[in-house]
Amino acid sequence: MAETKLDLLQGTLDIMVLQTLATMGDLHGYGIARRIELVSGDSILLNQGTIYASLVRLQQRGWISAAWGTSDNNRKAKYYSITKGGRKQLTQDTAYWRRLSSVVDRVLAMTAEGEF
Amino acid sequence: MGAMREAVNRVRAFFGKQQRDAELEAELAAHLELAVEENLRQGMTPEEARHQALIRFGGVQQAREQQRAARGLIQLDILLQDFKYAFRTLGRDPGFTVVAVLILALGIGANIAVFSVVNTILLRPLPFPNAQQLVWIAPPPSKCGMSCATYSTDAYDTFRVQSRSYQDVTGYYAFSSPDNLSLSRGGAPIPATGIAVIANFFQVLGVQPAMGRLFTADDGRDGAAPVIVLTDAWWRRQFAADPDIVGKAFDIGGRQTTVIGVLPASFDFGAVFSPGAKIDALTPLDLYGPPRNEGNIITFIGRLKPGISLPQARDDAAAAAPHMCWNNNMARSCGAYKDRVVPVPLKDYVSGRLRRSLVVLWAAVATILLIACVNLSNLLLARAAARGKEFALRGALGASRMRIVGQLLAESLVLSGAGALLGLSFAWVLVSWFAHQGSVALPLLSSLRIDGAALGWTVLIAIFAALFFGLVPGLRMAGGNLQESLKDSGPGSGQGRKHERIRSVLVVSEVALACVLLVGAGLLLHSFLKVLDVDLGFEPTRAAAVKVDYDDGGNTPGAVKADVIARRTAIFQQILARVGSIPGVEAVGMSDFLPLGQNRSWGTPFPKGVAAPRNLPAGPLVYVVTPGYMRAMGSRVHGRDFTWDDGPNSQSVVMISASYARFLAGFTHWPNNDAVGQLIGGGRNDMLVVGVVDDVHEESVEGEGGWQIYYPATQAYPEGEQLVVRSKLAPSALANSVLLALRELNPKQPAAEFRPIQSLVDRATSPRRFFMLLVAAFAALGLLLASLGIYGVISYSVTQRTQEIGIRMALGATQSQVQRNVIGRALRLVCIGIVAGSIASLLVARGIAALLFATAPTDLLTFAGTILLLGAVAFLAGYLPARRASRINPMVALRSN
Repeated sequence: MAETKLDLLQGTLDIMVLQTLATMGDLHGYGIARRIELVSGDSILLNQGTIYASLVRLQQRGWISAAWGTSDNNRKAKYYSITKGGRKQLTQDTAYWRRLSSVVDRVLAMTAEGEF
Repeated sequence: MGAMREAVNRVRAFFGKQQRDAELEAELAAHLELAVEENLRQGMTPEEARHQALIRFGGVQQAREQQRAARGLIQLDILLQDFKYAFRTLGRDPGFTVVAVLILALGIGANIAVFSVVNTILLRPLPFPNAQQLVWIAPPPSKCGMSCATYSTDAYDTFRVQSRSYQDVTGYYAFSSPDNLSLSRGGAPIPATGIAVIANFFQVLGVQPAMGRLFTADDGRDGAAPVIVLTDAWWRRQFAADPDIVGKAFDIGGRQTTVIGVLPASFDFGAVFSPGAKIDALTPLDLYGPPRNEGNIITFIGRLKPGISLPQARDDAAAAAPHMCWNNNMARSCGAYKDRVVPVPLKDYVSGRLRRSLVVLWAAVATILLIACVNLSNLLLARAAARGKEFALRGALGASRMRIVGQLLAESLVLSGAGALLGLSFAWVLVSWFAHQGSVALPLLSSLRIDGAALGWTVLIAIFAALFFGLVPGLRMAGGNLQESLKDSGPGSGQGRKHERIRSVLVVSEVALACVLLVGAGLLLHSFLKVLDVDLGFEPTRAAAVKVDYDDGGNTPGAVKADVIARRTAIFQQILARVGSIPGVEAVGMSDFLPLGQNRSWGTPFPKGVAAPRNLPAGPLVYVVTPGYMRAMGSRVHGRDFTWDDGPNSQSVVMISASYARFLAGFTHWPNNDAVGQLIGGGRNDMLVVGVVDDVHEESVEGEGGWQIYYPATQAYPEGEQLVVRSKLAPSALANSVLLALRELNPKQPAAEFRPIQSLVDRATSPRRFFMLLVAAFAALGLLLASLGIYGVISYSVTQRTQEIGIRMALGATQSQVQRNVIGRALRLVCIGIVAGSIASLLVARGIAALLFATAPTDLLTFAGTILLLGAVAFLAGYLPARRASRINPMVALRSN
């Protein structure tokens, strides 16, 4: 199990991006991608490039905002920050995700009992 | 909130692509730089750092595409891309594109034009508010003309009171002849045509004046001051669109008549009620003046109350009819209209007769469109063969089948869109030309135009055409086996053969469709020639008529009949003598009505001493004529013509038509069944039949000749005379001298039009001519397209088989053998097409049998002619590629691929 990386479920990247921005503050695309990789302990199969589709989607929904800025070593990069709407959405999504995963957990547990 | 904002942003992103792409590029570049930097910090070599960064990033192009899909309208992007590509592809092959667009433009243009005609005449409501409430009230159709389609003043009054279904009933005087008004503004009087309408005419129709006012009940009172309403066209032509015309008075027919209003351009009396006629002005009908006792003079038009259905109105009319009297003072005439008062929708009266012709016309253009589509399918298939590899390659590179079909459909849509635009301009030219065919007796033609409905129709058929001709080749191409296409490099291999088979099927169906069109057109043409061949009972060529103005004092109160007739006889004798002496004039005569125009009936005189049976058919049409009229018209008389001696005090005389004479002879015993010399009763006095005249086609050229009775102008009252002149010269050469002679005798003679009698016949046959010409033109177009199709397929197959032909020739086949082989193939296709087409034609011909005249739907001549024509065209279409094939140089052919 440990060798194969996890495929991202549809829509889970969006919530991870929101959470990353909510906890880490403003970040550029590379920063967000690295952060998610680090936190996940490199167990997620993430092509860093896919983050940009997620970013533009969140931005167009008004959940994050973007502005060009300069990095620590003086490089121009686009910095993203979560908006108020984004935080609200994150709360909703997190609650939804928790409910979903607990339900899936329970169902899976029940099936396992039944097998024995 | 998110979804709305996202939609707006997506649309914005769609239009701000460049800026967003540039930003994305910068962002991606920054991403990679940041990654490389971090990798360097971790101690990698620069190459390694870059390599690792790219690996972690994944596909750069994929990331771009994903981002674009997430931010914009990707489907629309694809669509635009397809169209852009389609334009580029078509632009690379201008020969094909021009031919395809032209074919489509012809097919679509013909469809738009005919749709406009159908829409104007058949589909669109009449140009009146709530036109569906309007009904035409008349007896069922019969042989006796307008007299049997009209009602008397008393009948009108009774009907208006007795019927309960109508908001109101109106009508107009049905016997106005052309040029019945003469306008004097100094100089020669100007002739004009006016129609007298009941004062509530415009209220019932719902017509509003463009200027001034329309008639009120007061204008129709007996003795009211004369007023007139001008049509828009006459106001512009005759009065130079004078904005202050209302209130001005003019001398019209000797009476100062006040112009009270001008009608809107949208109101065209002729277009609705009298197709092909040009009406200049309308006057109020004095119901209670002199016409009161003239019998049946009024047509009925009613406006139903809201919510009243046609069957209700019909029952109501049937209930009112028995109360109506021809004349309230003649008890015997009450009930004369029983079963003779039937409302039909005005729309049906105006255009119902034409429904069948229009449907046939519509079917003909639909066939044209079908042929054009099949032709295009064929052309596209030929291209498909050439482009098969391109699509196979695109498929191999990952393009989905949907994407390829979409691409091909985009090409079809571009083609049909261009075809529709060009077709629209063709149609516009055609429609404007139709609209100005004032002499074609089709209703509402002048209001013909390309309107919103026609534009909608254009879009519809353009899309239909694109799907029709694009889908089959598209699916074929996209569905083809990749490997097969890539391998299919030589002639004779699977895909090529399959294409050729489909193309052959297409050509066969094209030929079959063209065959049906040709047979239809041939049958209509044959009918038309038969119509022209009809013995009309008079000789229309080399005769012309002009309306004569005279004053015999007949309209003055207290005129004594004998005095009036004496005066009139003197005037007529003078006119006929003067005009008859003009060099080149062979015969002159006068009649109050001319054939194929208005007419009337005065009852059915019966042989003297024979009681007329009940339920007599309607009586003969009445003409009041002078001596010489028969010779001038070229009608043959058995017995004798009237003479000037048949005066008011001598024996009353008449001439009757041959079929009427035969009918009367059936009730009595006349020697040799000859009516000449016999007496017939006309109520008050007996009349001597002095001549029997050939039956004249009065109502229509195609219908049966009706009954006629002729009274001498020296004994009866004419309705105003038409002078008929027969001469060796062309009417135009004679017009001036005749008019000069008339003006010499009567300075008030208007400059009336000198109309060839032939033009009356032409006008009567004009709808048939119109439809025949259109269908023939469409058939010619169909033939052209079909021959193009044959040529295309044969020519293509010759190109494909160049090598094979080369080998044959190298092995000793002669040029003529090769030619025979190729032409044989063309003829084989055509033969199958002709067989299929002939069978279909038989069915179609049966469907249009009602439109044919003296022509059987199985007319051998037409079918044989069609087959010969198609065969000849096929031979030609096959001959050109065959000649090319026979000139193939075997050495060159074998060396080339």
